[in-house]
Amino acid sequence: MRSTGMRLIVGTLRCMRGYLGSYATLGLLLVVGAAALTGAFGVNRLLRPGRPGDPAGKFANYECGLDPVGGDWAQVQIRYYLYAYLYVLFAVESVFLFPWAVVFALPGFGRTAVVEMGIFVGVLALGLLYAWRKRVLRWT
Amino acid sequence: MILTQEALKLPQINYVALSPMLILFGAATVGVLVEAFAGRGRRYPVQLGLSLVSLVAALVMVVRVAHTRELTAGGAVAVDGPALFLEGTLAVLGIVALLLVAERSLEPGGPFVAVAAVTAGTEADRVQAQRRDAGTEVYPLLLFALGGMMLFVSANDLLTMFVALEVFSLPLYLMCGLARRRRLLSQEAALKYFLLGAFASAFFLFGIAMIYGYAGQINFAAIHEAIQSSTNDRILLYLGLALLAIGLLFKAAAVPFHVWTPDVYQGAPTPVTAFMAACTKVAAFGALLRVIYVAFERTAWDLRLVIGGIAVLTMVVGSVLAVTQTDIKRLLAYSSIANAGYLLVGVLAVGGNGNHDGLASSMFYLVAYGFSVVAAFGVVTLVRDADGEATHLSRWAGLGRRSPLYAGLFTFLLLAFAGIPLTSGFTSKFAVFGAALASGQAWLVVLGAITSVILAFPYLRVVVLVWLSEPGENTPTVSIPGALTSAALAIGALATLLLGIAPQPLLDLSSRAAEFVR
Repeated sequence: MRSTGMRLIVGTLRCMRGYLGSYATLGLLLVVGAAALTGAFGVNRLLRPGRPGDPAGKFANYECGLDPVGGDWAQVQIRYYLYAYLYVLFAVESVFLFPWAVVFALPGFGRTAVVEMGIFVGVLALGLLYAWRKRVLRWT
Repeated sequence: MILTQEALKLPQINYVALSPMLILFGAATVGVLVEAFAGRGRRYPVQLGLSLVSLVAALVMVVRVAHTRELTAGGAVAVDGPALFLEGTLAVLGIVALLLVAERSLEPGGPFVAVAAVTAGTEADRVQAQRRDAGTEVYPLLLFALGGMMLFVSANDLLTMFVALEVFSLPLYLMCGLARRRRLLSQEAALKYFLLGAFASAFFLFGIAMIYGYAGQINFAAIHEAIQSSTNDRILLYLGLALLAIGLLFKAAAVPFHVWTPDVYQGAPTPVTAFMAACTKVAAFGALLRVIYVAFERTAWDLRLVIGGIAVLTMVVGSVLAVTQTDIKRLLAYSSIANAGYLLVGVLAVGGNGNHDGLASSMFYLVAYGFSVVAAFGVVTLVRDADGEATHLSRWAGLGRRSPLYAGLFTFLLLAFAGIPLTSGFTSKFAVFGAALASGQAWLVVLGAITSVILAFPYLRVVVLVWLSEPGENTPTVSIPGALTSAALAIGALATLLLGIAPQPLLDLSSRAAEFVR
């Protein structure tokens, strides 16, 4: 009987051909990509002249050739995140509405389907109602 | 594709059997409406009443459907012995934790704020920390979390389990960030828990994909069949199982997936910590037991070594690091990690005859530990000075002279954690180790006993500190608890004592319930 480690390695090899085989290309691409990047930077390092020092402007931001204005750390107010939440709410809702619309007309589904979808949409609308009451929808 | 009625059928749903979680979800939804429409002054009594009534109603429904053994909702939810037992446990522990959450006499306006995401230290944050009439959002969140946990322990396929995992995790992340005092620490805890929890969820989801690749199904019974009959490569199965286990062991706080536990337990508001320590543990182990016993029983032999290793690591790391702690909440967090290790020993008593005993003893352990830990964190909420809770251990020196009653209560609970006879800690450890011995896991039991001894040291150190040290200048006073905290402490301590002296009724109950429906 083979050891567990041996079994694992053999299993991995077999997997390369099986279900996960299609990922082999991706893995190869990742390896090649990493190698190209390391190679390019390595060659760069070998070939370039070494000039340590801190002349004026060496570490300034680069802005398309113009003199940089201000620092590179700028804070952006993320007011939109609440709208993103609400968008997700309704995006998810529509994902479920499409299959519902397909089965709706089948015999035995009509009323039950309407009630169930009513509950689903109702719960989601509740979230919107809460957001509205908490003045999330008001632009401040 | 042509859709016919034969191809597509509405699943049969046994609403009565599902009513405990439906009640909680419904009440939580109503709670959201209350938040939106009720006047500020009336929210607290309404929310508290609503939460209490719904939890009691859920418990009553669990008792009423106690003999149901069936799969419902198209096989997505199993209503069987363990599910109902754990649902009942969640309801009871939820009530006790709710009592701590609802306490408002220790701190004006309660220990919570309304908005977790306000930048700490800003004017807006100071304003909301001083408000007395807000912070009632925590009640619907608590109910959503409990409903999700109930679904988690009774989910019978992997996708339902994942949805339930998210349903109970998201409110928990938010609740961690709601502390009124030490806002920054609380927000740090929430963010840490959220990020690491999101990673764990991703692992869980990827595990589902792998299992689906192996079995072609996500239903537990189908996976059980596929493990015997499938011709697919078993490496997919092992990979999927490992990823699933990461997701579940993260929630259970097992080493090496435990790093969030001390920080989150320390930063979260103490009532929420109590809730997490008791109820999240029940949910995580309930789901772990179901996954292992129902879906992956046939790989139990392969699992044994890995999970056994994790159990040993959890017990050793949890107990050794508990020794070095200087903060009472962190100490209890590491103790909770070590207890996850003991629970894993019970989980491991799987296969053959040990199946039944392992399951029954693990469930008993969850109940016993839950009551003790809620009461212990309840005492932590009482030791306060002007800045809120005084959690550093040096501040607890000589507390026994100041207030012998609560120091005595805490000592009793620590002795229960240490597994001294006549407490529930002893009977539960005895049951779990007995089941593990019966299934031939002697090495785990030996290590469990050794780590128990190590773990007794930090507990006894606290006991010595509380009783034998002189009270210092800055020893805080113990606040007189309100009725709610008193009730929670009384329930927790009484259960710890009763399960220690007369464990047989609950042992019988858990033993009768210890049968999964596949």
